Amino acid sequence: MADETTLFELVSPERLLLSRQVGMVVVPGSEGLFGVLPRHAPLISTLVPGVIDVYEEGAVIDRIFIAGGFAEVTEDRCTVLAEAAVPVDEIDLAATERRIVDLGEELKNLSGAEAEQMTARIEEQERLLEAMRVATA
Amino acid sequence: MPSLKDLKIRINSVKSTQKITSAMKMVAAARLRRAQEQAEAARPYSERMDRMIASLAGRAARGPALLSGTGSQDRHLVVVMTADRGLCGGFNSSIARAARARIAELEGEGRSVNVFCIGRKGRDQLRRDHASLIVDTIEGVTQRGVEFASASEIGGRLIRMFEEGAFDVCTLIYNRFQSAMTQIVTLQQVIPAPVPDQEGDAGGGLYEYEPDEEEILVDLLPRNVATQVYSALLENTASEHGARMTAMDNATRNAGDMIDDLTLTYNRTRQAYITKELIEIISGAEAL
Repeated sequence: MADETTLFELVSPERLLLSRQVGMVVVPGSEGLFGVLPRHAPLISTLVPGVIDVYEEGAVIDRIFIAGGFAEVTEDRCTVLAEAAVPVDEIDLAATERRIVDLGEELKNLSGAEAEQMTARIEEQERLLEAMRVATA
Repeated sequence: MPSLKDLKIRINSVKSTQKITSAMKMVAAARLRRAQEQAEAARPYSERMDRMIASLAGRAARGPALLSGTGSQDRHLVVVMTADRGLCGGFNSSIARAARARIAELEGEGRSVNVFCIGRKGRDQLRRDHASLIVDTIEGVTQRGVEFASASEIGGRLIRMFEEGAFDVCTLIYNRFQSAMTQIVTLQQVIPAPVPDQEGDAGGGLYEYEPDEEEILVDLLPRNVATQVYSALLENTASEHGARMTAMDNATRNAGDMIDDLTLTYNRTRQAYITKELIEIISGAEAL
């Protein structure tokens, strides 16, 4: 079992970010973290903002933050479609904070349906920021 | 007979045109390479998304409206994707022509049509006979490379219009890139999402779903619209640069031919003048 691996693919809309054989990945599913080992049962799940841990030989070799997305797991493969992905040590909290402030400024000039959308976007960014804080803590 | 000076001026003017077209060709070639790479890189995401939708669509008994439609086919939205700039051969006109044909076909069937333009040239061409149908125009999306963020903004707008009940069916018209010489005008329905063929459905039914099929679809389908818009934009950008490259290559060659012709005329004229002057001098000398 120890030498068995599964193919882990991380894809963003722009490009294929990562494709490699790994021992295990832990993925932030919307119903809780789940680990994917070789011969995992086929599964499709939505993902929430959080950290993907990539394991090889029992040790974490890579930690990647994603801003939500989808995972498709089959017996020999785990594909993550991420909306945005950055390595955990490159997370830029300040940039996200700035974006929230900027969006807040924009919100002041809007009203009605547009304001609602903007509020929804701000909330989304705040959830993202919160997840980033947890990831870097 | 044109004067030598006039010919010289024309030759110089054609030469500077040639310089511009050949520079534009070079720029288009570089941009084309980049656009092609980008389109290539974006392919895995949309392929995998198609696969997930295929497996989900077969399972969800009654999918959300984005998948199953509104139950009606009467109101159409045609999204016409063109470039913001011209000088790219038949690129914009071929899309506009396809759009006009599509509009005529739908109107012939008694359906109502609205047009959503992405890119300035498409709007300019359609405004002549379909001004009242154009609901909105977005410009400058492809100016500095295509970003997913702008595609997802457009996708979001389409979905909002759909949810507000502005249309039943949404079709994209864009140029699919085949080579720098050929682009294929493509009509692609995005709302309701066409269900991919279920033939390769070997393991599809065996998936477990978290949370459940419908909830995943509610999340996935808007993403899918954005992804489709994104890949259409990428294909279109690659096509635009390809078409411009070919057009500018032709223009450069034509300018070259023209310079050759003009130079020949210039030299002939010059010789004729010299001969004429010689004759004048000689006959003048003989008369003495």
